[in-house]
Amino acid sequence: MADAHSNESNYLTATRGLKSWLFTLDHKRIGLMYLVGVLVFFLAGGLFALTLRTELLTPEGGDFISATTYNKMFTLHGAVMVFLVIIPSVPAALGNFLLPLMLGAKDVAFPRLNLLSFWVYTLGSMFFLYTLAAGQLDTGWTFYTPYSNTTGTAVISATFGAFILGFSSILTGLNFVVTVHKMRAPGMTWNKMPLMVWALYSTAVIQVLATPVLAITLLLLIVERTLMIGIFDPAMGGDPVLYQHFFWFYSHPAVYIMILPGFGIESELIAVHSRKHIFGYKAIALSSVAIAIISFVVWGHHMFVSGQSELAGIVFSFLTFAVAVPTAIKTFSWVATLYKGSIEFNTPMLYGLMFLFTFSIGGLTGIFLGALSVDVHLHDTYFVVAHFHYVMMGGTIIAFVGGIHHWWPKMFGVMYSERWGKISALFIFVGFNMTFFNQFLLGQQGMPRRYWSYVPQFQQQHILSTVGGYLLLIGFTIIAIYLVHSLRNGKKVGPNPWNAQSLEWTHTASPPIEHNFHGQPVVENDPYNYPEIDRTGASH
Amino acid sequence: MATFMAPENAEAKQAVADAATEVAAEVTKAPLPPVETAHPWAMPTAASTFAEDTDALYYFITALDTVFFVIIMGAMGYFMWKYRRRSKDQKTSSITHSGIVEFLWSAIPTVLLLVIFVWGECDFVKQSVPPADALDVRVTGQKWYWTVEYPKYPGVSLSSSTEEPALTLMVPKDKPVRLTMTSTDVIHSFYVPAFRVKRDVVPGRYTQIWFQATRVGEFNLFCTEYCGDLHSQMTGVVKVLEPDNFERALIAAGILEKEDGESLAAYGERVYRRRGCAACHSVEGKDGIGPAWNGLYGRTESLTDGTTVKADDEYIKNSIYEPNSQIVAGYSPQMPSYQGLLDEEQVTAVIEYIKTLK
Repeated sequence: MADAHSNESNYLTATRGLKSWLFTLDHKRIGLMYLVGVLVFFLAGGLFALTLRTELLTPEGGDFISATTYNKMFTLHGAVMVFLVIIPSVPAALGNFLLPLMLGAKDVAFPRLNLLSFWVYTLGSMFFLYTLAAGQLDTGWTFYTPYSNTTGTAVISATFGAFILGFSSILTGLNFVVTVHKMRAPGMTWNKMPLMVWALYSTAVIQVLATPVLAITLLLLIVERTLMIGIFDPAMGGDPVLYQHFFWFYSHPAVYIMILPGFGIESELIAVHSRKHIFGYKAIALSSVAIAIISFVVWGHHMFVSGQSELAGIVFSFLTFAVAVPTAIKTFSWVATLYKGSIEFNTPMLYGLMFLFTFSIGGLTGIFLGALSVDVHLHDTYFVVAHFHYVMMGGTIIAFVGGIHHWWPKMFGVMYSERWGKISALFIFVGFNMTFFNQFLLGQQGMPRRYWSYVPQFQQQHILSTVGGYLLLIGFTIIAIYLVHSLRNGKKVGPNPWNAQSLEWTHTASPPIEHNFHGQPVVENDPYNYPEIDRTGASH
Repeated sequence: MATFMAPENAEAKQAVADAATEVAAEVTKAPLPPVETAHPWAMPTAASTFAEDTDALYYFITALDTVFFVIIMGAMGYFMWKYRRRSKDQKTSSITHSGIVEFLWSAIPTVLLLVIFVWGECDFVKQSVPPADALDVRVTGQKWYWTVEYPKYPGVSLSSSTEEPALTLMVPKDKPVRLTMTSTDVIHSFYVPAFRVKRDVVPGRYTQIWFQATRVGEFNLFCTEYCGDLHSQMTGVVKVLEPDNFERALIAAGILEKEDGESLAAYGERVYRRRGCAACHSVEGKDGIGPAWNGLYGRTESLTDGTTVKADDEYIKNSIYEPNSQIVAGYSPQMPSYQGLLDEEQVTAVIEYIKTLK
């Protein structure tokens, strides 16, 4: 149906000029602007990481950068990747673009609020950039007190940046919650929403509920530093462990803000490219909600050795294992979706399969860290570094890259080079595992994290890890080149190159028109009801 | 040996003198012990009773994870091969869910996870309750070295060094040891991989760990809570001794006193190395966290408040006891006070040592 309008202008060409972008109320343009911001910061955060890895080629500190520079680099790497890349990556960039399209809506519920949250994000990033330019932040992305009180560095501008970014996150979350509740197309019951929408919805709920706590915490930190009121600093009568409780009360749910949208993408990739109805739709949807709820009560597992009470440690350990179950259910369901499918190994699907590999390792290694006695040994070692990179990068970033490839033809109406897509996916798969698998081994041998120099026994694995980091750089560089190249030279595609069944593919052109749909789409079908599915004599 | 009070028997006292020189040499020259792991895939050497417990659970989880990973990847790989797209209109199954399969893959992991939880919890509780007869040790973390004192042996103290691996903690084999720890500045974390123990060392409160070493040898001590510039140098050596040798060696290594015939300056150098001064003050003109000591004596220093001061005996003594009252321009107030940590004789010795540094 969209073909009939193929000569019509799309959202990219509807209006022209810089102002038409900067002040747009179109969720698709806002999504794209977020995407550009996220990718720029991803490049910056990646280069910080490579600086660290290069220094770690030798056990002696200082053959590339000084300890002070090293500490600033890992702080910036963590802070940029968490606050400016991973948190906004899927929800704010892809989610903004997709949510109304998938729901059959004209836009999000509050388009102006959406634009505001983009500008708040930009403002928060500016504070981070200022910190970067001042070269003055060495607390780690966690800003632990009392170190962050005593260090002479620009903690205030950085925490203020994170504080502002939090508002952007809350506004986007609020917008998404209302959009999902009120703007679904006629016929789209909760059980007919694509799983990507379920994931974005669960994420939005956490963003709204958890982010204010971060804002309060960071504000207290700023108050303590500027007004010298003792809250967290024992020298002024405060309690440093209280800060950790506050911080992780937000930052653990934030881990699920980061990973749940990745789960959403994974469900779409696996179903569409194996032409199978997703296995266990309800289990996957409800496990997203279950994870969102349980994620609020597991924060203490970051603090088993912090000096919190042993009883608290035991309760948090138990709850941590409880959150592992819905995650396992999802993984099994994705693998089961492949059963009796028709699997095409295109670039988005390669990332979908890569996700199953890396995220499984990330999830399974979490069990070590949830077990109290084992965590005592592994806490704050490279094992933890490896674990959260397998989840955050092997989970969210891999899904994000897969999602970009999956929806690229929808966003720009062009297809990238499938050959280069496969080559770069191989680089990323090998590079990622080489970088981070070694770090599990380093961690189990006792290599502490955030070390600028280390004992010589660890050198071999550090070298492998660094080489892996450079392979990742090559992989991502190839992706950047062929994606940019495709914008002008890519083969034009029709509205639905993957023959998917959700509304963003079936009811609008590629790229979509400015107002998304001609008329209100009406949903009759399940989003995973592909024409290849053999219905003859099926019991289900 | 004016401050020397324990042990009370005279024999031990005699033994100290014999061992003093030998062990003192060891303190400054101890090589960094290897991590002592047979293989990168294995856990490090197990040197405490906890290590065996922790490793058993660690290997159990490893085995279980491997089984699950092989099942997940095996199924995925098999499906990828078996159901690869052969033709454009290849038919796919209409299956959407299966109650029994979904129940099983929820229930089985739940049970296994519960087993792991209980196992880890039991070992953790054991680690949390020190036996009543444990040897008490006090540990203080500060930027960027550890100091260790033994209430049972007054005057005995050990400290780590950022310059070289230094003997930081000595414990007897097969005897429970309880560490009561605190920090004077920011959070540090006390971690001995070979013992599988770790606990944050928090300013303003005491935290506790205990362990019982099972193997004689030297093991790494790491700080595992990021604490600033020299975090990765806040390491030390833990030495486990046979119970018979422990007391003698500890006292020999831990008492810092001027020896007969030793010059004040030489004693001052030992104080410099053993009491953490070297963490921040170079004696070779290198820019450190604090001013280098060579050429310091007699120099006129500009302070952050704009005044100047001559670096004489009184100034140096004041800088040791009240370090933040006079900060040299270009430096920040980071040094802890050594009031009560260095006695008058030691301060005098340090001043004499500084005088010799050109």
